[in-house]
Amino acid sequence: MTATLQRTPFHFLHKKNGARLVEFAGWEMPVQFESVMAEHRAVRERAGVFDISHMGQLWVTGPGAQASLQKLVTNDVAALPAGRGLYALLCRDDGGVVDDLYVYCFQPDRYLVIVNASRAEVDTVWMRDRLEPGTDLSEQPQAAALAVQGPAAAGLVAGLSKEAVRLEKNGVAELPLLDMELVVARTGYTGEDGFELFGPAGHVFPVYEYLMKEGKSVGLVNCGLGARDTLRLEMGYRLYGHELDEDHSALEAGLGWAVKLSKPFFIGRDALLKEKEMGSRRRLIGFRLSDRGVPREKFEIQCSGAPVGTVTSGTFSPSLGVGIGMGYVDNARMLKTAASAGGLSIQIHGRAVPAEMAALPFYRRTREV
Amino acid sequence: MDPKDLRFTKSHEWIAADGAVGISEHAQHEITDVVFVELPKVGRAVQAEEACAVVESVKAAFDIYAPVPGTIAAVNEEGARNPGLLNKSPYGDGWLYKIQMTSPADREKLMTHDQYQQFIKEK
Repeated sequence: MTATLQRTPFHFLHKKNGARLVEFAGWEMPVQFESVMAEHRAVRERAGVFDISHMGQLWVTGPGAQASLQKLVTNDVAALPAGRGLYALLCRDDGGVVDDLYVYCFQPDRYLVIVNASRAEVDTVWMRDRLEPGTDLSEQPQAAALAVQGPAAAGLVAGLSKEAVRLEKNGVAELPLLDMELVVARTGYTGEDGFELFGPAGHVFPVYEYLMKEGKSVGLVNCGLGARDTLRLEMGYRLYGHELDEDHSALEAGLGWAVKLSKPFFIGRDALLKEKEMGSRRRLIGFRLSDRGVPREKFEIQCSGAPVGTVTSGTFSPSLGVGIGMGYVDNARMLKTAASAGGLSIQIHGRAVPAEMAALPFYRRTREV
Repeated sequence: MDPKDLRFTKSHEWIAADGAVGISEHAQHEITDVVFVELPKVGRAVQAEEACAVVESVKAAFDIYAPVPGTIAAVNEEGARNPGLLNKSPYGDGWLYKIQMTSPADREKLMTHDQYQQFIKEK
């Protein structure tokens, strides 16, 4: 590897804390600290903290901000009130997904957009080329971010800010945490209650130190990308570069709920409208293995022994104790063969392991916020 | 089992004097949480460095190679049922299979524990 990897402001702490570091989207990131399984369980049962500083933080501001985002993304930004966040997709004219992202509204002329690390550069160029007049797009300087996730997260964050825990799911606010202003959002990518904190490194650092110190009593642990992946996969959340890419449309990915075709215009609308009328050629499915084994990306999905698709993400689900995965299948063939035989299987190391279609999410939390 | 009594391969398997085979402490740490183990059939003849078991962790699948030529004499069913044993006890309850060695001299050619420790340090 010759390219220099980017490092988050937490890099030296990760090393000190015994993280196993890997290359991810051009960044040197912790994949695990103690163990993926232990970190996964901590988030489901107690709390975990993730360094998500590698994700892109883009401020879209100015009188044209709302019109720009309304044109750029599939979800309805105009209907997004101040103090709320929204999941959306950035699509090409043909409906292919440029990225999936989160839009947080502070004012109709001030938005924070969080994008995938692997797509941040592409997104910035894509968006900048298509902004409406009177719109400014700028990256958060010295960006740092943390995700605090799990049933004990709210209790911990309450020690930092009473206002933060008054946020509802998808709520967002700029709040002083330890006298430093941060963007606090009640969002995450784990399926658990939790918070995401965005801001300059100097503001996020003291919060991290606070969480690590105070979190000991509730069993908070540092978590890496390994647990982040098993957690998001149990929730059926799509991941760019796996379920999402420019060659698959937002509808094929099963994200129609984030595509507001009722909007008069957004980039990709015509193609997606047509796809909706004609029906999607392929479809993303979830499956779980009926036998032992671990499905992995690129493995073949078969129906009655015939190839029908490809796994996009797969893992052993720590919560369910079985192999789970998502993948694209040829829609028409899938429907026909599934109806006649129902013999879904995943080809794992030369063995066809029986599987069944599964509704997403795979895992449902029993507690509620 | 005392790791000092074991012999080690460059692919991180160990083999005991009685032919029991497993993966090293170092390997279990590298592989991370083991979630699935596929064991060979008893009676199968194997060559040295032949893949004959698969260990899957949360991270990926890993082939496990036979350290010496011989015949599979027994497999650890408990290890297959409870894959976490490979992480908890790589030199004990987490053994994988037993090999009836063609010649015990083959085992003697493998690295001692001290040599193996040196080998992973230099890697």
